[in-house]
Amino acid sequence: MTGGPPNASPDGAPAVSIRGMSKVFRGRGRGASEVRALEDIDLEVHPGEFVSLIGPSGCGKSTLLRIIGDLEQPTTGPVLVNAKPAHQARVDGDYGIVFQDSVLYDWRTVARNIALPLELAGWDRDRRSQRVTEMLELVDLTGFEHHHPWQLSGGMQQRVSIARALSFSPALLLMDEPFGALDEMTRERLNMELLRIWERSRCTVVFVTHSIAEAVFLSTRVAVMSARPGRIRGIVDVDLPQPRTNETRVDPRFFELVATVRRRLRGMEDDAGVVVTGEAEA
Amino acid sequence: MSEVTAGSVVGAVPRGLFRRAGTRLWDFLPAVAVLVAGVGLWQVLVTVLHVQRFLLPKPTEIVSALTGNWHVLWSAGLFTFREALGGFAIGSGMGVLVAVALSRFPRVGRALLPYAVAANAVPIIAFAPIMNNWFGLLNPLSKMALSAMICFFPVMINTLRGLTSVAPESVELMRSYAAGETAVLWKVRLPNSLPYLFAGLRVATVLSMIGAVVGDYFGGSTQSLGVFIVNKSSLFVFDQAWAAIVVASVLGVGFYLAVGLVERFALRWHVSTRGTERP
Repeated sequence: MTGGPPNASPDGAPAVSIRGMSKVFRGRGRGASEVRALEDIDLEVHPGEFVSLIGPSGCGKSTLLRIIGDLEQPTTGPVLVNAKPAHQARVDGDYGIVFQDSVLYDWRTVARNIALPLELAGWDRDRRSQRVTEMLELVDLTGFEHHHPWQLSGGMQQRVSIARALSFSPALLLMDEPFGALDEMTRERLNMELLRIWERSRCTVVFVTHSIAEAVFLSTRVAVMSARPGRIRGIVDVDLPQPRTNETRVDPRFFELVATVRRRLRGMEDDAGVVVTGEAEA
Repeated sequence: MSEVTAGSVVGAVPRGLFRRAGTRLWDFLPAVAVLVAGVGLWQVLVTVLHVQRFLLPKPTEIVSALTGNWHVLWSAGLFTFREALGGFAIGSGMGVLVAVALSRFPRVGRALLPYAVAANAVPIIAFAPIMNNWFGLLNPLSKMALSAMICFFPVMINTLRGLTSVAPESVELMRSYAAGETAVLWKVRLPNSLPYLFAGLRVATVLSMIGAVVGDYFGGSTQSLGVFIVNKSSLFVFDQAWAAIVVASVLGVGFYLAVGLVERFALRWHVSTRGTERP
């Protein structure tokens, strides 16, 4: 693939801009209680960034991702993606989404699963197959185009899912614990692969995870969230050198940052030397 | 296939259609054995116990009635089979259409479904004289209508199940691509419903044959299998009546197997066809 995503945001506009957003789930039926899933969320993601959302289960990190992707509506507060409302961004095809489950269609081959968004966008057959070839190469699955999803291992399925999400060069890649169901070895390998793909495709990534090490290893910034109601407790800048390699995982700085994120998750004070910005950032 | 990441591939694609066909034949062997044993026992018991011919003819007598009247029976069988096929097509088609409509408008579905269930409980035989009256005794449509009525329900209810039991993420994925309801229907709901639809169709194949024969019972063309059975029974030629029943069963089972074959082809990707092992 050459060039940046065609759906990139207008110059200078943030890829994601959220101000004072909240989300309340109202239970159905009489006496049902309200659940304040998210409160006072401020988040700005710049084009080309890799931002992870991390927090305890129930902190609303997946809900936040889903609101950015217009799969869920915020109760208050605007959500702008590439300087336009999230709904418009979805209609414009600005999102590629990867769920924890690969959500591949069993009746489609690998190639046709990857081509699905292209079919929906009305690409003709030649363009589709050319792009599918490129994407298979990108996720290192050349030769598997005629396989069905159930003939692949879990890690390969998730790579197909990533290829599908990136096939139409969306400006924003939303990933909801994409490697959460995979074993540690596969997970680390796919982390490396994801970074390589991110560098080549130059898209913006918002990544939900509950693994501190994964968040620090992958991200340019980590948003640490707390639960009930879900808030962003702080944002940790990850100043590890790019590109990240297997050496990064044994870098003393990596361990410092992991410790910082861990302390932040527990609500403790930060130590000196780590840039941590709070809710009032930007 | 290149072996780029051979380590992570679980295995190769299943090949060797012949090996599989052989395995399938082997699978059928117990069923064939039961058939042979059952017919043999029937023959022995009828002979030993001196059962009167009009009560239960020997299998050998039925076979000779079958070979002796082959042309009449076969053409009658095909005549009734055409009625069944027509009813199957109409009933199943309506079943799929109604299921799609109900899945698209769930509120309408909730309002109508109880009545569909109630209608299904009405004994279909009761409609046979009415259908004869509506479409005409000799018009094949009167039998097709009856057949269609029996086929409708299993196909509709199964397809509806398949259309609605779609993983939420599958639909969300489509929504993230800004796909409309129509695209979701064609690309997710309908393919997802195919295994359910085929389960319904297989039930409908056998029911359609029953519907057509029962329709014939209440009056129909003398070329039909049902009328043949009624006539021979009233003349006490039970071996020929039994021979006609055999023809009806063979056609029904053949229809069932044919749909099963289409299913195996259409659902190569599905667990039921590919087996439980990850190839």
